[in-house]
Amino acid sequence: MPRSTGAEATATCGEKRRGRIRRAFAAAFPLTLPIMAGFVFLGLACGVYTHALGLPVWVPTLMSALIFAGSAEFVVASMLTGAFNPVQVFLTVFVVNARHLFYGLSMLARFRDTGRKRPYLIFGMCDETFSITYAADPPAGVDRGWFMFFVTVLNQLYWVVGCTLGGVFGALLDVQTEGLSFAMTALFVVIFLDQWLKEKNHAMAVAGIALSALMLLVFGPDNFTIPAMLAILAAATVLRERLEPVIGLAGEEPATDAATSEKDGDAR
Amino acid sequence: MTTAQMLITIGAAVLATVLTRALPFLVFPEGRPAPRYVRYLGNALPPAVFGLLVVYCLRSVDVMGATHGLPEALAILGTAALHLWKRNMPLSIFGGTALYMAILALI
Repeated sequence: MPRSTGAEATATCGEKRRGRIRRAFAAAFPLTLPIMAGFVFLGLACGVYTHALGLPVWVPTLMSALIFAGSAEFVVASMLTGAFNPVQVFLTVFVVNARHLFYGLSMLARFRDTGRKRPYLIFGMCDETFSITYAADPPAGVDRGWFMFFVTVLNQLYWVVGCTLGGVFGALLDVQTEGLSFAMTALFVVIFLDQWLKEKNHAMAVAGIALSALMLLVFGPDNFTIPAMLAILAAATVLRERLEPVIGLAGEEPATDAATSEKDGDAR
Repeated sequence: MTTAQMLITIGAAVLATVLTRALPFLVFPEGRPAPRYVRYLGNALPPAVFGLLVVYCLRSVDVMGATHGLPEALAILGTAALHLWKRNMPLSIFGGTALYMAILALI
C-alpha cells in the first residue's frame, strides 16, 4: 500500500511516530475486547487443567508465552504427565496446529514491509489473531503493521494472564467456561459473515463449511482438520480457473468494479 | 518427568507451532514474489478457513445429545442477526455469547 512520506519529513520524527503508534493501538484495542473475555476464561481453564494434572505452577505461564496455541497447550499438558517423548509431542502438535499453514499463506502479502515486527507477527498468529488481522481493515490513516502488532500482543497478553491466574489459583477456582468459550465461536461466525458480505463469490466459503462438516462426520472431532484442509485445497485448485478472475491474487489491488461486475453474473 | 524433560517437551511443542506459522514465510521469502498459484490461494483460502474455524469450534457439539445442538444453533443465529443489524463486531460477539449463556442457564 503506498504511503506518503513527504509530509512526515517536516514534523518531528518521534512525535509523528508516537502519534501513529497511538492511533494503531486505539484502532486495535476495541477489536480485542471480545478476545479478552474469551481468552482470560479459556486461559483460566487451561491453568486449572494443568493444576489438576499436578503440573508445576510455571507450566501454564511458560506454555502460554511460548506456544500460544490454545488447543495444543491442552494436549501438551496431558502429554507432560506421560512418558518423555519429545518427537511424539512435536508430531502431535504439528498436526493439531496444521491449520496455521493456511494462515501464513493468506498473510504473505499483508506482512510485507512490517519490518522488525514481522517475526513476532508470525510467531503470535493464533486463530483469533489471524482472523482479526486478516479480516479487519484499520481506519484510514492507521498504520497496518502497528495495528496488527497490537492485536497480536494484546491477544497474547490476555492469554498469558488467564493461564497464569488459572495455574496460580487453580485449586481455588471453579470456573464455568462452557458458556463463555462461545465468544470464540461467535468471533469466527462474525468474521465469516463479514467476509461473506464482502466477497464477490461464495464458492470457497460454502466449501469451507460443507467440507469441514463432512470431514468432521467422517473422521470425528479429533482428526478432521487435516482432511478438511486437503479437501479445501482441492476445491480451491479445481475452482481456480473460474475463481481467480473474480477474487484476484493476494497482494494485488482488487480488479476494478467494471471488470468484476461482469464476472459476478456468471459466477453465481 | 524431570524439569529438564518438561522444558524439552514444551520446546518441541514451541518448535512445531512456530513451524506451522512460519513455514509459508520461509518457503516464499519476502522480496521474491510467490508463485501465482500461491497468491491465488492467499485470496481463496481465507473464506474457507473461517468456515473451518466455525466448524472447529463446534466439533464437540453432540447433535444426537440431549439438546441436539439447539443452544449453539440459536446462539449462532442470534449472533448473525445482531451483526447484520448493528455491524459492530464486539457487540455481536458479546451479545451472542450472552444469549448462549442465557440459553444454557434456562435449560
